[in-house]
Amino acid sequence: MTHLPWDLQLLNTCAALLLLLSFAMLSQRRIVTLVDLLAIQGGLLAVATLLLAWRTGQPHLYLSALLTVALKVAFLPWLLHRLIHRLEVYWDTEPLLNISGTLLAGVVIVVFAFGLAQPITQLANTTMRSAIGIAIAVVLLAFLMMITRRKAMSQVIGFLSMENGLFFGAMSATYGMPMVIELGVALDVLVAVLVLGVFFFQIREQFDSLDLHHLESLKESE
Amino acid sequence: MAIFVSSPLSACIALLAGWVLLGACGLLRPRSIRFAGRALFTVGALIGAALGALSAWSLWTGVTEQIVLPFGLPDLPFHLRLDTLASGFLLLLGTTSAGISLYSAGYFRQGEGAAPGLLCLQYHLFLASMGFVLIADDAYSFMVAWESMAISSYFLVTTQHRLEEIRRAGFLYLLIAHVGAISILLAFGVMQGGSWQFTFEAMRSAHLSPAWAAIAFLLALAGFGAKAGLVPLHIWLPEAHPAAPSPVSALMSGVMLKTAVYGIIRVTFDLLGAPVWWWGLVPLAAGLATAFYGAVFAAVQTDMKRLLAYSSIENMGLVFTGLGLAIVFFGTGMHLAAALALAATLYHSLNHAFMKSLLFLGTGSVLHATGERNLGRLGGLIHRMPWVAWLSLVGALAIAGLPPLNGFVSEWLLLQSFLFADQIPHAFVSMLIPMGAALVALAAALAGYVMVKFFGVIFLGQPRESALSRAHDCGRLERLGLTWLALGCVALGLAPVQVLAALNRVTATLTGASLAHQTAHWWLLAPVPTREVSYGPLVFLTASALVVALTVTIVRLVYHRRVRHGPAWDCGFGRLTARMQDTAEGFGQPIRNLFQSFFRIERELPTPFDRAPRYRIAITDRIWRSLYEPLGGIVQRLADAAAVLQQGRIAAYLLYSFVTLVVLLALALVL
Amino acid sequence: MSAAAPQVTELVTQLLEVVAALAAAPLFLGWVNQCRAWLSNRRAPSIWLPYRNIRKLFAKDAVLAENASPLFRLAPYLVFSTMVVAAGIIPSMGTHLPLVVAADAIALVGLFATARVFLSLAAMDVGTAFGTLGARREMMVGFLAEPALLMVIFVASMISSTTALPAISEHLVTQSLGLYPSLAFTAVAFTLVLLAENARIPVDNPATHLELTMIHEAMLLEYSARHLALMEWASALRLFNYACIGFALFVPWGVATGAIGPLGLALSIPVLGLKLGVAGAGLATIETVSAKLRVMRAPEFLATAFLFAVLGLLVHVLLKA
Repeated sequence: MTHLPWDLQLLNTCAALLLLLSFAMLSQRRIVTLVDLLAIQGGLLAVATLLLAWRTGQPHLYLSALLTVALKVAFLPWLLHRLIHRLEVYWDTEPLLNISGTLLAGVVIVVFAFGLAQPITQLANTTMRSAIGIAIAVVLLAFLMMITRRKAMSQVIGFLSMENGLFFGAMSATYGMPMVIELGVALDVLVAVLVLGVFFFQIREQFDSLDLHHLESLKESE
Repeated sequence: MAIFVSSPLSACIALLAGWVLLGACGLLRPRSIRFAGRALFTVGALIGAALGALSAWSLWTGVTEQIVLPFGLPDLPFHLRLDTLASGFLLLLGTTSAGISLYSAGYFRQGEGAAPGLLCLQYHLFLASMGFVLIADDAYSFMVAWESMAISSYFLVTTQHRLEEIRRAGFLYLLIAHVGAISILLAFGVMQGGSWQFTFEAMRSAHLSPAWAAIAFLLALAGFGAKAGLVPLHIWLPEAHPAAPSPVSALMSGVMLKTAVYGIIRVTFDLLGAPVWWWGLVPLAAGLATAFYGAVFAAVQTDMKRLLAYSSIENMGLVFTGLGLAIVFFGTGMHLAAALALAATLYHSLNHAFMKSLLFLGTGSVLHATGERNLGRLGGLIHRMPWVAWLSLVGALAIAGLPPLNGFVSEWLLLQSFLFADQIPHAFVSMLIPMGAALVALAAALAGYVMVKFFGVIFLGQPRESALSRAHDCGRLERLGLTWLALGCVALGLAPVQVLAALNRVTATLTGASLAHQTAHWWLLAPVPTREVSYGPLVFLTASALVVALTVTIVRLVYHRRVRHGPAWDCGFGRLTARMQDTAEGFGQPIRNLFQSFFRIERELPTPFDRAPRYRIAITDRIWRSLYEPLGGIVQRLADAAAVLQQGRIAAYLLYSFVTLVVLLALALVL
Repeated sequence: MSAAAPQVTELVTQLLEVVAALAAAPLFLGWVNQCRAWLSNRRAPSIWLPYRNIRKLFAKDAVLAENASPLFRLAPYLVFSTMVVAAGIIPSMGTHLPLVVAADAIALVGLFATARVFLSLAAMDVGTAFGTLGARREMMVGFLAEPALLMVIFVASMISSTTALPAISEHLVTQSLGLYPSLAFTAVAFTLVLLAENARIPVDNPATHLELTMIHEAMLLEYSARHLALMEWASALRLFNYACIGFALFVPWGVATGAIGPLGLALSIPVLGLKLGVAGAGLATIETVSAKLRVMRAPEFLATAFLFAVLGLLVHVLLKA
């Protein structure tokens, strides 16, 4: 086995840890912990971006790493923590699929994602192609988390985690998106979270709970 | 002896014919248990041992011999052939059946449902037909032997034919056996490749297009898979095995299932010759599913023979997993890995023959001593039946895959061959296959769970029923049979190098790669020369035994040896009874909860107001409901549609014949 | 090179390892207990307490239940010696051991399984409600923990293309420092397995005898005196062994590799002590910060471990690292 240079190894490790965190989020019931995991995921993403920036010497990557730290490690988790305390939702209720089942589905998704990434990997010519599969997996796992959870709060966290995966995927496939798009996406996410935050208060006012199954009652009755 | 040397095949035929003759002798005095039971079965065991010795010798010398018997249909004489593969499986048949026959000699008694003489005939015909399956060298004689195997075992399964459920089990068995046989027949039909020669020799030289070869393989897999109990064709197995008398269950589980393994190996590696790598994925996936499925179901069973039947399904799953792996490796040109996986397959087949026969015979003794098959009504039999208990413990530990017994060796080999999977040159597959190792590990660990449940509930603890205090240990012949099989388990576990050297002759001819290691020691199993992995059960055992001896000695020196006996600690409750031990349901409860979605569970829970609270739980197979019942419905509807033809009037039937005749004549005219 | 000299040192290493394991295992347990007490602001018991316990038990009269079978009396010796043999296979000090050719990592897992099976069978032998309950729960933990451990080892085996534990260690130590992301997954899985298999807190609580939750202790209820002493010693050894497997797989540095000289061996002892000290403190921390799970949550916990190990396998085959 030929050895990769150490920074690539580090990048690969970051990728693997991202995946690990996705699974940790899948297996976690406490929303507070979920937010912390999300922050760590953001931090890892920033580290990976920095490493990549250092390796390829692309200055805009430094900027996006900075942006990641500011937004995903500091601001959003702070906001979410505040929301949690204000709304007093510390725990999610029992997920729709039990944890073991969710994790098993997660493993299947990872297999699928890795399989999916094989042809892309051959096309991409960046140095961290092998991470593409992981990026896809992170996106899909976040999706899975959103599907299986009941509380709106966990779904927002899933949404953010999904964005992390997309960001990572873009980075590993093409060394990051152009700066304009990146800024746009960051702004989008920010606005989305703020809007959803307002939504939460509305939902709770309406139903006295953040449990999303109450929304089912909004459909037209037959 | 001369015939041994000059023509092992004729000796083999003579021995098999000896079994047939022996069976016929049973009819001389069919009612005599002393003659038909004791004497003839003992002779049968001797023939089995001779067959084992003969095939061990022919395996060692690696002879290949062909004979054409002068009878059969006109132009279709019986072709027979003895090669290393056949020798390997004959070795399994001979050695295992020796133990089982010896046990049967002591086991069968009056009131088994059929006369001893009749049983003797069916039993020995069953043995002989299995032998002929292994040495058949054309499709015709193979099918004849295969069908007589199915039919003779059908009669053995339905020994207690007065019971409705046993007749039902027998019918199901016969049905699936025939569906499988049709599939095999079709596979042979494809494999003759237009030459219309049905000898195996012709099939070896036939050139099939890749598509037809794949079809032949899949047909053969379905046919042999039905016999081996691959999911979803497994449903006959948990019905038929408990229905049969225990020695027959042992024979079916231990030996008959292996003829299916033989068949698929023969077709894939010998007759088709060059398997394509993706074929292997089918038995691999089916095997993994079967192994897991069987293990999960075995863990929730409450009938001891059903539990063993499901455990057989699990083990056949492991065997087919190894086989699939071997095909994948062979197809991708990794011949050494293929040889390793195939050796694991054969080794596990051999192991399973010994351990499962041992356990089935153990349940037979329990059944005779207590009349009880339900685990919930047994317990504490280690005090009453020490021989059966301790010998069964060997089998249970072996099947749980614990070192240094034999089950561990084959699982070790299987896992070692899984380690080659990341070198497969197909990216996605090389990623998926190592996951199979996870399933194998899970199934093996579940087997441990199952065996603790099996042994613990039957033999340990306190007797759950008062009637159990009248239980008695098994007789001398039965002990001999059990001991033979237990010794087999130990020997196969302790001498893996020698066993593998013998199996290597089979795998080397089939895969072209030899596992023999130049520098290997006689006590150290190191099958793969490129990797420094080794396993030395003898060293291992010696070290363990030494430590045990040392510990015992030191403790004896240090400790003052005072021992008091008292009642078991009841936590101050004071009214502890034997009914408070875990039942089989209780022991399986974690598995039942964990794998709920696998089962169809019907549960009756008592309410607080019940006078006589009752708890009942029935666990059934979802596959039966979702696959077989709809299938049965479709068949029923088709049959109803066809019943329109049945008019009941003779004129109508004559009309059918007339119309058929006219149409055929017209066809002849047109063509 | 003369053949005799290395063989003698190998034999010495082998014996030293086993003796060290026997001697240090209760000490390690004492250390973990001490750390736990400190972390929960209690006065810590003496670090020598496990030794005193074992000595005390050896001095007592044995009481056997009336319907105990020979299996019951045999089991403590078997369980104890499997753990001793396991200690001989795990490269805690040196990688060149005479015994390791006889058993690789898969055999090691089999050895642990043997101990578990005998422990459970012995628990079922007397036939009390608690014994069978404990046996059932132990097997429930075991059937998930065993494949998880096997998968952890499998990943390491794939990295170093061998299943022999010392060879794995040696491979990881001797080559240029490489990061293995897959090992991150398996390390998590291994930690979970270690907690479950040694009856530590999220799965079982070694300090209580509360009927509803206990697993390991329920199986030992019928044992007393020397049998209990052996069982307790064996479980201390099991913890020690697991810790050493963890070192061999994840932090193998400091183990004497290659042909061992006395110097390497002398160096490896303090390193091992250091690792054990850190690991014990870490274990105590995990136990202190986590809450005991309900028994029915234990399979979930272990399924997580199993799936993490499987993921490690996947990551390995994807990243080839």
